[in-house]
Amino acid sequence: MTKPASSTAFGARFGYRISPVGLTAAAVVLFWGAVALFAPRLVPYSVGEIVDADYFGPISRELWLGSDYLGRDVFSRILMGARYTVGISLAAVAIACICGVTLGMIAAITGGLPDTILSRFLDAMSSIPSKLFSLVVVAAVGSSIPVLIITLSVIYIPGAYRFARALAVNINTMDFVMVARVRGESLGYLIRAEILPNIVGPVLADLGLRFVFIVLLLSGLSFLGLGVQPPYADWGALVHENIGGLAFGAPAVIFPSLAIASLTISVNLLIDNLPTKIRDRGAA
Amino acid sequence: MSAGVSTRVSRLVLTRLLIALITLIIVSFAVFFATALLPGDTASMLLGQAATPEAVEGLRKAMHLNDPAIFRFLRWINGLLHGDLGISYANNLPVAQLIGGRLVNTLKLAGITALISVPLALTLGVTAAMLRGTLYDRGLTIVTIGAVSVPEFMVATLAVLLFAVYLNWLPAISFTNQIKSFSDLLRAYAMPVVTLTVVVSAQMIRMSRAAVVETLDTPYIEMALLKGASRPRIVLRHALPNALGPIVNAVALSLSYLLGGVIIVETIFNYPGIAKLMVDAVATRDLPLIQTCAIIFCLGYLALITVADIIAILANPRLR
Repeated sequence: MTKPASSTAFGARFGYRISPVGLTAAAVVLFWGAVALFAPRLVPYSVGEIVDADYFGPISRELWLGSDYLGRDVFSRILMGARYTVGISLAAVAIACICGVTLGMIAAITGGLPDTILSRFLDAMSSIPSKLFSLVVVAAVGSSIPVLIITLSVIYIPGAYRFARALAVNINTMDFVMVARVRGESLGYLIRAEILPNIVGPVLADLGLRFVFIVLLLSGLSFLGLGVQPPYADWGALVHENIGGLAFGAPAVIFPSLAIASLTISVNLLIDNLPTKIRDRGAA
Repeated sequence: MSAGVSTRVSRLVLTRLLIALITLIIVSFAVFFATALLPGDTASMLLGQAATPEAVEGLRKAMHLNDPAIFRFLRWINGLLHGDLGISYANNLPVAQLIGGRLVNTLKLAGITALISVPLALTLGVTAAMLRGTLYDRGLTIVTIGAVSVPEFMVATLAVLLFAVYLNWLPAISFTNQIKSFSDLLRAYAMPVVTLTVVVSAQMIRMSRAAVVETLDTPYIEMALLKGASRPRIVLRHALPNALGPIVNAVALSLSYLLGGVIIVETIFNYPGIAKLMVDAVATRDLPLIQTCAIIFCLGYLALITVADIIAILANPRLR
């Protein structure tokens, strides 16, 4: 990435440069986070309640985003859907990154045969297309929220591993790590006190990108009817159940898609506009 | 000297092929165990609830389900290598027969998409790199970021909304087998191909732009600029030959996005391809069918990323 030319005086003094695009993106992400947290208090109608005699109703004063294929309130269902989309994706990305980054740091510090075996194995894992992998798992064990979280995190562990390992290998050659090693520090200490603090910025940025992939994969699965199962519905499932309204251009199909797009595009833009100091520190 | 170097390149390529083979074995292992070892007894599932324990036991024996998993795996692999793909649980037909025509359909869809998206994306990507920083470049960047950040089904639903609902050019979600004329063919393929093209091209534009931009930043391009070469000449004569390797690499990697896209697109447009077959098989838990489809997909994906890596090796002048 090339450094923005305008990050001179202000950037030099504070080390950070805040772009308006990044700020807007952050606001959208925070908005959806808050919606996911407080959805039960925000919804105007209960998600299961049939409030419209007509199905695929238009936008109106009572039903802000129209009604779905059963005449339920789309606005309420999107607010509640945020909990599943954001919640499942966050849980999966947290597990994927904790496992992947820990393994990556261990591999980088240990080196040798364990590193080779782990790298080869996880590389093989990552050459299974992600949608396919999740389809196979869903076929085998059926779809439930815990299964989805575990599957999504397993799919994205190799990527997190590879990223963290590449960064950690660079840090590992630094003198201060050598000193710590000579001091006789344990593996746990090296990871916690020497490597992790030096790679945490790029790792968090990478976590954001991986979050986007997970949201997209989860939505895709739910869209196929193989993700979150009724009575729960995430945004992908909302599109799936209302797909019949597509031919009439019903708001029930359009708005859940827009919700997904607003979240994923915002996270991407936020990461893209992070101060380079955070994003690129130590990146290979 | 050249002999020694070329053996080095061929050794690297061979290593890469060997890695691909090992990966394929690990992947087929993973696919087999994910589907075969997880809960649900196949024999009792096939016979239904009314089956006697003896009948279930007999079927288990006949299907070799009592053998250790490793033997079943080896038998399955052996069958695959000999073209025996097993029998579908759901409709008792040989898997090979179910897959045959469907695979051709999917390859047709993928082929048409590649034919359209590769020239389109490369033209856009290279011109964006040439005109870096202009309104055109920034606009294209925003559009491609948008396209890669949204799910494939959203691209598909937007295409339906635009072409079928608002413009009324094409029929909404339906795929007919009654293709009588060229315009029927066009109408049937238009929407799936447009959707896949958008998904794949967005990746390809980004990657090919990055490849050319990187080349344009090198000192020898600055030299060409200083000696007064025109912009098109710099890009076409000086930059492109060197960026070719990374660009072809980008094309192969982007085409691997077809696999994910095709699963969604075939489902939403009801296209009779292998991905639709697999999604239906997942719904009915038809394991032999899922296993075979999964292996075919992994094979295609692995082939694409291996080709991408080998091209990167061959195109690297430092290894020549």
